[in-house]
Amino acid sequence: MPRKITYLQAVNEALLGEMRRDPSVVVFGEDVVGGAGAGGEMDAWGGPMGATKGIYDEFPERILDAPISESAFIGAAVGASASGLRPVAELMFVDFMGVCFDQIFNQAAKLRYMFGGKARVPLVIRTTFGAGIRAAAQHSECLYPIFTHIPGLKVVVPSNPYDAKGLLVRAIRDDDPVIFFENKVLYGMEGDVPEELYTIPFGEANVVRDGDDVTIVALGRMVSLADHAAEQLAEDGIECDVIDLRTTSPLDEETIYESIERTGRLVVVDEANPRCSIAADVCSLVAQNCFSDLKGPPRTVTAPHTPVPFSPVLEDAYVPSPERIAGAVRESVGAAATA
Amino acid sequence: MEEIGRDTLTRAYRTMRTIREFEERLHLEFATGDIPGFVHLYAGEEAIAAGVCAHLDDDDYVASTHRGHGHAIAKGCDVKGMMLELFGKRDGLCRGKGGSMHIADVEKGMLGANGIVGGGPPMVCGVGLSAKVRGTNQVGIAFVGDGGSNQGTFLESLNLSSVWNLPSVFVVENNGYAEATSSQFHQGGIDVAKRADGFGLPGVVIDGHDFFAVYEAAGEAVRRARSGGGPSLLECKVNRYYGHFEGDQQTYRAPGEVEEIRATRDCLDRFTAQVTGRGLIDADELSEIDAEVGALIEEAVAEARAAELPEPDDVLTDVYVRY
Repeated sequence: MPRKITYLQAVNEALLGEMRRDPSVVVFGEDVVGGAGAGGEMDAWGGPMGATKGIYDEFPERILDAPISESAFIGAAVGASASGLRPVAELMFVDFMGVCFDQIFNQAAKLRYMFGGKARVPLVIRTTFGAGIRAAAQHSECLYPIFTHIPGLKVVVPSNPYDAKGLLVRAIRDDDPVIFFENKVLYGMEGDVPEELYTIPFGEANVVRDGDDVTIVALGRMVSLADHAAEQLAEDGIECDVIDLRTTSPLDEETIYESIERTGRLVVVDEANPRCSIAADVCSLVAQNCFSDLKGPPRTVTAPHTPVPFSPVLEDAYVPSPERIAGAVRESVGAAATA
Repeated sequence: MEEIGRDTLTRAYRTMRTIREFEERLHLEFATGDIPGFVHLYAGEEAIAAGVCAHLDDDDYVASTHRGHGHAIAKGCDVKGMMLELFGKRDGLCRGKGGSMHIADVEKGMLGANGIVGGGPPMVCGVGLSAKVRGTNQVGIAFVGDGGSNQGTFLESLNLSSVWNLPSVFVVENNGYAEATSSQFHQGGIDVAKRADGFGLPGVVIDGHDFFAVYEAAGEAVRRARSGGGPSLLECKVNRYYGHFEGDQQTYRAPGEVEEIRATRDCLDRFTAQVTGRGLIDADELSEIDAEVGALIEEAVAEARAAELPEPDDVLTDVYVRY
């Protein structure tokens, strides 16, 4: 039965549901219990964002607070997954991957390949990303392009509560290492989510909105901003396809190409920094594979090539806005008209 | 000293001799130019791999280092499959995708040599957690060099295994050099074992040339781990007979240093003297093992040289289970 719950609750339901279904699923990370061993409540925090609240009550042996020691516990996820568990490790902010990156890209991602296909590493690293909570440069980055770049990893960036639950269940059941990006600004977003467990396949984008004039490709929090922009544009008679990538690795290239065949115009909206980004990658793929369909140059709407600033006025200027998205779409239509 | 069964002793000798022959032969084969890439030889350190792994079953795990052939052999990896892998052949242990620095066989509990110094210890924490959650009595062993003992991953893993009370054993093979830099210039404090104390686990120093000393200390650590007593750290003081990698001219070592160690501290010579001296195994039986091992290595090299190369398309497989 669908009912309205938040993105955060959707994540929590996926975790609890999978732990009930599969005894090999374990959860660990900083403060995921938050309070164990101290004088107050045991499950005081239930995760820095509250995503793991309630797990301790039901599965005290399968959820562990970790020391602030990301290299050790992310590496432990690799060893645990290679030896019979399905660990879900929480990396509080994706910016912290700088201290444990070796365990992700040299160990988790490469184990299967280096061992000639004789190992499986079914782990999930849940992490939060994105600007918008005034947390400044070291707690606000996107960084999914870095993980997307690495063969052996899968990268998931859900944009709404329904996808968050279905993609997380899918990630936990997946036999390869998955980096699962939760946008912290979206945690309070409400949406229809079924009570039962369900999965959403990887590598299948979601067409959020149909239109024949311009293809907007977006991911994460940018999907709702793009949809909002498309709504405004429709009032002026410009109809957009809005494609939510859902996963950046694997990437659903076909859905993008099919849309470009109809529209001939591409705007990619990506909250990440612009260089070597998903935006740049999608533009490059479209240029290589749909050149003859294009009516004008592909365009991108991204953050600038800067760290995320602190002051609210600066941070608001940093993140792509519906106005900037609409502007890029108008430009693409105008540019095509004069081409 | 604890009583060690005769079978255990002959198996340990066979393991040490196999590692030695494997490595001495690789030294020669590498010089022909037919083995691609980096090779780091374990010769001189055999008593550690043999003494530790004698306590392990197939379903126990080890995470190794870049100097990993000895651990792989001691953990039961197929010697011929290993040789094929080192020659880059299709039917190698890792299908020609890993080579010396990533040699592995998860089915034998060998979680890989590792090209990243200090890469293995966190994985061993995960192995321990896995055993604990699944309710088995498996243990995980992390081998680390003195170089690796300075990595944050090693120290973090001591802490994590201590707070999670994991069935882990950390074995530091202190051969006195981190690549070309001697301990004196890379390591604060004389004994790595003392670092264990700071994280609340026992740490002991052992003569890594002495199989019996390693066997006894490892036995205690493994028993503690299996019985829920938590992790331990063993520091084995040892020497390597070759350079950091094959091709290393070792100009940082004193003239005659290796020859002196080979003559006075060799683990196989010492083992032989100990077991024959006490009448545990006679010299003829050891010679028989030597001959069998020699033949095995000879065959392994011949088969590896004759084996098929991978097909270029193989580059694309084994990245994901499913993508």
